Amino acid sequence: MSASQAAKSLLALSQQEELEDLPKDYSLSTSEDEGDSDGERKHQKLLEAISSLDGKNRQKLTERSEASLKVSEFNVSSEGSGEKLVLSDLLEPIKTSSSVAAVKKQLNRVKSKKTVELPLHREEIERIHREVAFNKTSQVLSKWDPIVLKNRQAEQLVFPLSKPQSAFAPIEHMLSGWKARTPLEQEIFNLLHKNKQPVTDPLLTPVEKASLKAMSLEEAKMRRAELQRARALQSYYEARARREKKIKSKKYHKVLKKGKAKQALKEFEKLRKVNPAAALEELEKLEKARMMERMSLKHQNSGKWAKSKAIMAKYDLEARQAMQEQLARNKELTQKIQRASESEEEEGGAKEEGEPLVPDVVNEVQVKVNGPNPWMFRNHSSDAREAEVQEGPEEGAEPAGHEASESEEEGPGAEEDMLLKEFEERRSLRQKSGLNGPVGSPETKDSSSQEVLSELRALAQRLNKENRRSGRQEVSAARKGTVLQVQREEPAEEEEEPLLLQRPERAQTLDELEELGREGCLQNEELPRAAVEGQQLETNPNNHLGATPKEKKRKEQMIDLQNLLTTKSPSVKSLAVPTTVEELEDEEERDQRQMIKEAFAGDDVIRDFLKEKREAVEASKPKDVDLTLPGWGEWGGVGLKPSAKKRRRFLIKTPEGPPRKDKNLPNVIISEQRNIHAAAHQVRVLPYPFTHHQQFERTIQTPIGSTWNTQRAFQKLTMPKVVTKPGHIIKPIKAEDVGYRSSSRSDLSVVQRNPKRLSIRHKKQLKQNSVH
Amino acid sequence: MKVKMLSRNPDNYVRETKLDLQRVPRNYDPALHPFEPREYVRALNATKLERVFAKPFLASLDGHRDGVNCLAKHPKSLATVLSGACDGEVRIWNLTKRKCIRTIQAHEGFVRGICTRFCGTSFFTVGDDKTVKQWKMDGPSYGEDEEPLHTILGKTVYTGIDHHWKEAIFATCGQQVDIWDEQRTNPICSMTWGFDSISSVKFNPIETFLLGSCASDRNIVLYDMRQATPLKKVILDMRTNTIGWNPMEAFIFTAANEDYNLYTFDMRALDTPIMVHMDHVSAVLDVDYSPTGKEFVSASFDKSIRIFPVDKSRSREVYHTKRMQHVICVKWTSDSKYIMCGSDEMNIRLWKANASEKLGVLTSREKAATDYNQRLKEKFQHHPHIKRISRHRHLPKSIYSQIQEQRIMKEARRRKELNRIKHSKPGSVRIVSEKKKHIVAVVK
Repeated sequence: MSASQAAKSLLALSQQEELEDLPKDYSLSTSEDEGDSDGERKHQKLLEAISSLDGKNRQKLTERSEASLKVSEFNVSSEGSGEKLVLSDLLEPIKTSSSVAAVKKQLNRVKSKKTVELPLHREEIERIHREVAFNKTSQVLSKWDPIVLKNRQAEQLVFPLSKPQSAFAPIEHMLSGWKARTPLEQEIFNLLHKNKQPVTDPLLTPVEKASLKAMSLEEAKMRRAELQRARALQSYYEARARREKKIKSKKYHKVLKKGKAKQALKEFEKLRKVNPAAALEELEKLEKARMMERMSLKHQNSGKWAKSKAIMAKYDLEARQAMQEQLARNKELTQKIQRASESEEEEGGAKEEGEPLVPDVVNEVQVKVNGPNPWMFRNHSSDAREAEVQEGPEEGAEPAGHEASESEEEGPGAEEDMLLKEFEERRSLRQKSGLNGPVGSPETKDSSSQEVLSELRALAQRLNKENRRSGRQEVSAARKGTVLQVQREEPAEEEEEPLLLQRPERAQTLDELEELGREGCLQNEELPRAAVEGQQLETNPNNHLGATPKEKKRKEQMIDLQNLLTTKSPSVKSLAVPTTVEELEDEEERDQRQMIKEAFAGDDVIRDFLKEKREAVEASKPKDVDLTLPGWGEWGGVGLKPSAKKRRRFLIKTPEGPPRKDKNLPNVIISEQRNIHAAAHQVRVLPYPFTHHQQFERTIQTPIGSTWNTQRAFQKLTMPKVVTKPGHIIKPIKAEDVGYRSSSRSDLSVVQRNPKRLSIRHKKQLKQNSVH
Repeated sequence: MKVKMLSRNPDNYVRETKLDLQRVPRNYDPALHPFEPREYVRALNATKLERVFAKPFLASLDGHRDGVNCLAKHPKSLATVLSGACDGEVRIWNLTKRKCIRTIQAHEGFVRGICTRFCGTSFFTVGDDKTVKQWKMDGPSYGEDEEPLHTILGKTVYTGIDHHWKEAIFATCGQQVDIWDEQRTNPICSMTWGFDSISSVKFNPIETFLLGSCASDRNIVLYDMRQATPLKKVILDMRTNTIGWNPMEAFIFTAANEDYNLYTFDMRALDTPIMVHMDHVSAVLDVDYSPTGKEFVSASFDKSIRIFPVDKSRSREVYHTKRMQHVICVKWTSDSKYIMCGSDEMNIRLWKANASEKLGVLTSREKAATDYNQRLKEKFQHHPHIKRISRHRHLPKSIYSQIQEQRIMKEARRRKELNRIKHSKPGSVRIVSEKKKHIVAVVK
C-alpha cells in the first residue's frame, strides 16, 4: 500500500520536475549516508525497533547473543530474546533525577516525529522510472500525430520532402582539400604549381601581379591602363576581324582586294624612292605575275562563265558589271607598271580588243563604271534612287486621280513603295554602319523584286544621264512616274488576286452567317411545329393504323384471362372448402368472407400478378428493328407515312429466343436477366471502403481517361499517390520539414550530462547481478 | 433560286495561335459513350501488361565467400552498398557498375553488424571477435595499409550495431544495449532489462533518442537514450529477429518474428499491433522500410522476400529465384526504387521495388500512360478477373505447398475454435482477435 502511495507521489513529483531533475531524487533515495558510525548504529536500531512494532517486518533479525549475558547473574539481562528493550523502560527507574528531564523531552520529540518510510525496492523504482519516461516519450511522439494523419490521407506525396539546397563552392575550396598522393599526381601538381597557373579567372596572372609589385604605384597604374587598353584594342580587333570574316558579299571582297592592291602599289612607289633594290625585286614579282596573266586566259572573256555573262549582259546590269570588272582586272594585270603613259594607251587598246566580244550595253555602262570605285558609285546610284522613290508617290498620285480603275491599285502600290523604301533604307543603313557595304541583300530578296530593282536602277542611271544632259526635270519625272506605275502594276495585281479571293469569301461567309442566323431562327420557329407534327404523324399512323387490330386481339386475350380468373378462383375456393359444412358455420364463414371481400375490395392480387408477368414477358422479348426513314426515296411531309412495302423491307425481325423457363408455370416469374458471361466480370461483394452499392457504381461509372475528360481533369484524376525523383535520396522526415522546432539540445549532450551517475548505477547493477 | 451550303464558323475549329492545342469537337454526353466497359477493358489490359512486364530481378553481386550476414546503405551515395559476410569479410559494392570496389577482412568469425556514419565518411562493424571497428569509407590511400580507424575491444560478443542519425553516437547490442560516444572507448551508457542476449538494436530515424531492440527471450524492448532507461517491453509468442522503424512516422515500427509473421506496432500502444502481416511460410529474418514509409520489405528463411504495404496484412509482391537460399538481410535503397537482399548462398541480389516499372527516363506521354494505367488498376481492383490476374504469382513448389499446408492447419484451428465456442456455455470462451493472439504480455 505504502509503496504504491509513494510511487504515486513520486510520479506526481517527477511529472512536475524537469527531465534532468530525475536523477537527483533517484540518487537521494539510493544514496548512502555517511555520518557518525555510532549515532548511525543507534539510529538504525531505533528505526528497526520502530518498524518492528507494526509487525510488518516479519523477517526476524537474528541477533547475536552472548552466553555470558544470559547466564551471568551479575548483569542485567533482557530476559529472553523475544522481549524488546524500550528506551523509555530504561529511563523509568530514574524518575527523580532532574537531569534526565531533558533526555525525556528529547525522547518525546523523537516519538512525535513520523517514521521515514522504507526505501522502495530497486525494481519497483526502476519500474516507476520507466513508466514516467514512457509517458514523457509518448507525449513527445504525439506531436507527430497530425503530420502522420495528414501524410496518410494526402492525395499526393512528393519525395524527397525537403528540397536539397544547391551549394556553390568556389573551385579553390574544392581543390584545397585535395592532395596529390601518387607520384604521377605529384608530378602533375608540381608542374601546375611551377607555372602558377591561375585556378579561377582572376584579372591578373601571378606573373603580372609580381611585376606590378615591382613598379611604383603610378607606374603600375599607367601600366595597368596600358594593359587594359591593349586588351580592349585586341578584343576590338578580334571582334572586327570576326565580323569582317562573316561578310559574304563577293563584291565587298573584290573591292577589298582592289584596295589592298592599290595599297601595295603605293607602298611600292614609296619603296622605289627609299630602297630601289627591294623595289626592283618587287617589280620582278609583279612582272612575273603579269606574264602569268598574259599567258593564261583567266581574265579573258573566253571562259564559260564569261560567255554566259555576255549573253546575259544585254538584260542584266549585274552581269554587265561583272564582265566589266573582269576586263578591268585583266587590264590591270597585263599592263606594264613602269610606263604610266603607255598604260593608258594600252587600256584603250584593250578596250578595243574586248569590244567585239562584249555587247554594246556593257560598253555603254562602262563609261560610268570607270569612276573611282564601283562600290562608291553604287552608293550614289542608290541614293539617287532613294530620292526618286521618295518623289515617286507624290507624282504617282496625279495619274491615280485621273483614272478610276487605278484607284483600287493605289493601296497595294503604296505598300510596295513603302516596302522598297524600307528596303533601301535598310541597305543604306547597313552600308553606313558597317565599313563594308551591303551584305548580299539582293541575293536574299526574291527574283521578282530583284528584277524590279535592277530595272529601277537602270532607269535611275538613265535619268541621271538625262538630268545631267538637260534641265527638263518635270517631263522625265512624269515619264518615270508612269513607268513606276507600270512596274508597280504587276505586283499589285498579284497581290490583288488573293485579296479578291479572300475578302469576298469572308464577306460572303459572314453575310451568309448572318443570313443563316436569321434563317435558322425562322427555321427553328418552323421546325418544332413541323417536326412535332411530323413526329406525331409518324407515330400516330403507326398507332392508329398498325396497332388497332393487334390491340383488339390483345384485349380479347385479356378478357379471356380475366374470365378465366373470375371463373377459376371461385371454383378453387369451392374446392378448398370442405364438403360437409354446417350451415351455421357456413353462414359465419360467408360473413367473414364477405367482410374480407369488403376489406380488400380494391386490390385484385392475381390480376396484378398476371399483368406483371405479362409485362416481364414482353420486356424480355427481343424487339424488331425498324430502319425505315420517312421521306427517303419518296415524298415526305405532314400526313404522309412510309409505304407498307418499304416498312416491310426495312423491318428487321429478330429471331425468337429460347422459350421462357416460366412458360408453363402460371404462378411464377423467373427473371432471365442475369447474364452468366457478364457475371464473371462483375463485383459480387461491396468492397471495403464503400458503404453503399450506389456509391461504388458511381465511382466505377465516372471515367478517368483523357477520352472523356479534359486534359487538366485527366491529369488531376490520374495523379500518382507517391512521387519519387529517380536518383534522389529520400531522408527520414524531420521536425524542421514539417514546421516543428527541433530540440536544440543534442542527444549526446543530454546523455553526457550525468555520466557518473549512470556509471555508478551500472556498476551497482553489475555488482548485484554478480551476487545473484 | 437560293442554294444552301453547309458552312462552319472557323472560330469553332481554328486555333488562335500556333501554340494552342488543336480543338477536337467532342460530345461529352455519357449516354453516347458508356465509359464503364471501355475503361474496364483498359484496366484489364493494363493489369495483364503489368504482369507481362514484371521482371524485377536486376543483378546478382557475387564475390563473398560465405553467406552474407548484414547489409548497409551509404547515407549519401545511392550507388554504394556495404555488406558483411559470415567469414568476417566486408565488401563495398558499386551498384551502377555492379562490381565490388573494396574488400576488407574485418573480423574473425561472423561480421554480426554493419552500419554507416550519418555523414558517409566512415562505417562501423561488429564481429564475433568481440570487437567494434571503425573504417574509413574511402579506400586506403597510396601506400597505406587497410586498417580500421579505431578498434574497441569488448568483453562480450556484440551481435548488432546501429549508428545515431545525427550525432557521433552509436549503439551496440549483445548482453546489454550500450551507447557509445565515437570518441571514447567505454560506453557512455548501458541499458539492460532481462538477461538474455539482444539480437538487434535500431535507432529511431525521426525521434533520434529512441531505440528499439529485440532479445532472444521473445521480447521487444524500447529505450530512451536521453533518460538512459528502458521504456517498455512487449513479449510476443516467439522470438523477434529484428525491428525496423518507419522513416516517415515516428512511432511506428515493424517487428520480424520467428512465427512467420511481421507485426507493425504503434510504440505508444504495444498491447495490440496495428497490423499483423502474414504471408511468409518460415521465420522472417529481416525487415526494412521503404524511405517513403508506405511499404516495407521482409526477408525470410523460406528463400523469398516479400513487399508489404504498411496498412495491409497481405504482401503485394514476392520475389524469389531458383538459386536464392535463405535470405538473411534485406535493404530498401534510399531512392525507394530498388531492393537488395543478401542470402546464404553468398550473393547479394538487386531487385526493382516495383516489378513492372520501366527504368530510366520516361517521356511525358509514357509517364501519363503509366499514371493512367496505375489509376485504372486501382479503380477496378475489386473486379474478379482483374483481381485474379494481378494477384497471381508463380511460387516455388516448396513455398506453394507450405502455404497450402498452413492454410489447412489454420482452417482446422479455426474450426476447432468455433466448435469449442459452439459447445460451451455462451460467454465462457473468450474470442481473441488475431492481432491480440500473438502478444503474451506488455511489461511496464
